[in-house]
Amino acid sequence: MNTLPNTLRSGPDATGHFGAYGGRFVAETLMPLLLELEKAYEAAKRDPAFQKELGELLTHYAGRESPLYFAPRLTEHFGGAKIYLKREDLNHTGAHKINNCLGQILLARRMGKTRIIAETGAGSHGVATATVAARFGLPCVVYMGEVDTERQRPNVFRMNLLGATVRPVTSGARTLKDAMNEALRDWVANVEDTFYIIGSAAGPHPYPGMVRDFQLVIGNETKAQMLEQEGKLPDLVVACVGGGSNAIGMFHPFVDDPDVQIHGVEAAGEGVDTPRHAATISKGSPGVLHGSRSYLLQDAEGQVQEAHSISAGLDYPGVGPEHSWLKDIGRVKYFSATDQEALDAFQLLSKLEGIIPALESAHALAHVARVAPTMRKDQSIAICLSGRGDKDVFSVAEALGAKL
Amino acid sequence: MSRIAARFAELKAQGRAAFVPFVTAGDPDFETSRAILDALPGAGADVIELGMPFSDPMADGPAVQASSLRALNAGATMARTMELVRGFRKRDDKTPIVLMGYYNPVHARGAEAFVREAADAGVDGLIIVDLPPEEDAVLLKPAQAAGIDIIRLVTPTTHDARLAKVLNGASGYLYYVSITGVTGTKSFAEDEVKAALARIRKATKLPIAVGFGIRTPAQAAQIARIADAAVVGSAIVNVVAEKQGAGRDAIVASVSELCRALADSIRAESGAKVRA
Repeated sequence: MNTLPNTLRSGPDATGHFGAYGGRFVAETLMPLLLELEKAYEAAKRDPAFQKELGELLTHYAGRESPLYFAPRLTEHFGGAKIYLKREDLNHTGAHKINNCLGQILLARRMGKTRIIAETGAGSHGVATATVAARFGLPCVVYMGEVDTERQRPNVFRMNLLGATVRPVTSGARTLKDAMNEALRDWVANVEDTFYIIGSAAGPHPYPGMVRDFQLVIGNETKAQMLEQEGKLPDLVVACVGGGSNAIGMFHPFVDDPDVQIHGVEAAGEGVDTPRHAATISKGSPGVLHGSRSYLLQDAEGQVQEAHSISAGLDYPGVGPEHSWLKDIGRVKYFSATDQEALDAFQLLSKLEGIIPALESAHALAHVARVAPTMRKDQSIAICLSGRGDKDVFSVAEALGAKL
Repeated sequence: MSRIAARFAELKAQGRAAFVPFVTAGDPDFETSRAILDALPGAGADVIELGMPFSDPMADGPAVQASSLRALNAGATMARTMELVRGFRKRDDKTPIVLMGYYNPVHARGAEAFVREAADAGVDGLIIVDLPPEEDAVLLKPAQAAGIDIIRLVTPTTHDARLAKVLNGASGYLYYVSITGVTGTKSFAEDEVKAALARIRKATKLPIAVGFGIRTPAQAAQIARIADAAVVGSAIVNVVAEKQGAGRDAIVASVSELCRALADSIRAESGAKVRA
């Protein structure tokens, strides 16, 4: 692409594409439903009553706005740029996922849907979906890979407490990818009454743009808070990227600000040169999975490969299509952090700031540990701390060899 | 005239519906799959739908998922799928073969290169489940140029206003998905299918195959009375699963036996066919 539009914020186009990515690669059974969803979302987006209801829920139910916290000891430790943490971990349910779930369940109600389904990896999106389903009294089924139900037992119990049914998925690698396949199968079978709350900025159009829109609140608040606290925009914005919903919500309000660098951090698992990683953008190639064209971990035959990460929320072989586009046009740079680097960052933030981050967010911190020391002290970095780490204590304990 | 058009014209003259078995290429292994394919016309197959294995078959139920996985574990590749078709074509120049599957393995090869390979091998039609009319332009043009039919899916959710879009570019036959759901999981309701076919026939002259919810010879006969073809997939690949340990001959014999029963049941409706 030689010429870029004046704004990088206008996507997707009318057919649901971000450049060569996105689209609607689904079975015909779902197509009429996606067209209906797109129409309903476009109408809701422009309806002040919808925005007002969502705004009130975000404030009084989810606890927004979330703080932008200057981390003095972490800043001192790295010895470079000032570190700010966007505290999405302080939202109700402990992660950014609630922002999107509140938006989608209001839309589900507008569309007259009476049953909610979702997929989940780490369980954060499943918990957030179960939460909003409970809040609005709708039955909810959450598909979760069997492996993840084991790694994230507390979240399974939480979802049950909230009244949701958790269905362990035993196909494929029994992780997030397979949970999404199973949720799509459920949806095809129950199109009339069911609303599928997708948790990532992925899936078929209109989901990637819609999920992004519901997550924009992260970046919009960060921008205003930085201007208030620092009097200028950050020099660098960083977020972890699995499917990429917290990242796109954090990044999008900054993509038209040329002086702000943007870094996405993928999970390198045991290393990007081993077969066990989830660095889709860094190591994958364009393909089609779960309804959209995007970077994908696949073999030469187009068979999807299993991802690996210590963090269940990043353990996904695909990525949202807008990230693929932002990578290709060079606006966002994508890096990766290994399981070990994430574990180190997880402990570092706990000890230095008294904040236990989600393992997902720890990947973003691990990258910042590399770049912050190379930056000047008058520069600043805003990191999306997408979730809290309580859910991860069991898997971190296991990785560190501690018995609980 | 294409093989698909010729076959449906021939069956129309006989006054009966087509029996269309679905099997997955390379399931449970390449040689057995070849033997199954070779046996199908003799067991009554009028058209063959050959599945291209994929790691993430989102529109399929457990039976077809498992068959895809068996094939992949046995080393199935797109090149070997084409090899199966090429080999079959040397022995049978009449029975149409339709490749059915998901877009990513096609995308990985490049749509144009894929269509060229398929045409060279003797493929007659393509059903790409996750490539709705909104996205299939990339395949439609090369396929039309190569004389390969793009077979579109019509489902219970395809309303009248949308039907025109689905029909625009469709050729060969239409595939009516008789249930809202994935393959092999529910049974169709005859009245609903009948009403849907009547609605679709007002908009097209293409033959209509019905699939996704047909398991038994009795169900196949029901569909044969009201549609131009009955597709059976999950029930057949289930037989492959059940007989997997019993050896190649036993698998081929059992698949043939089920297909024979399905085909006979459809043929028994010959002449009794009432246009809905």
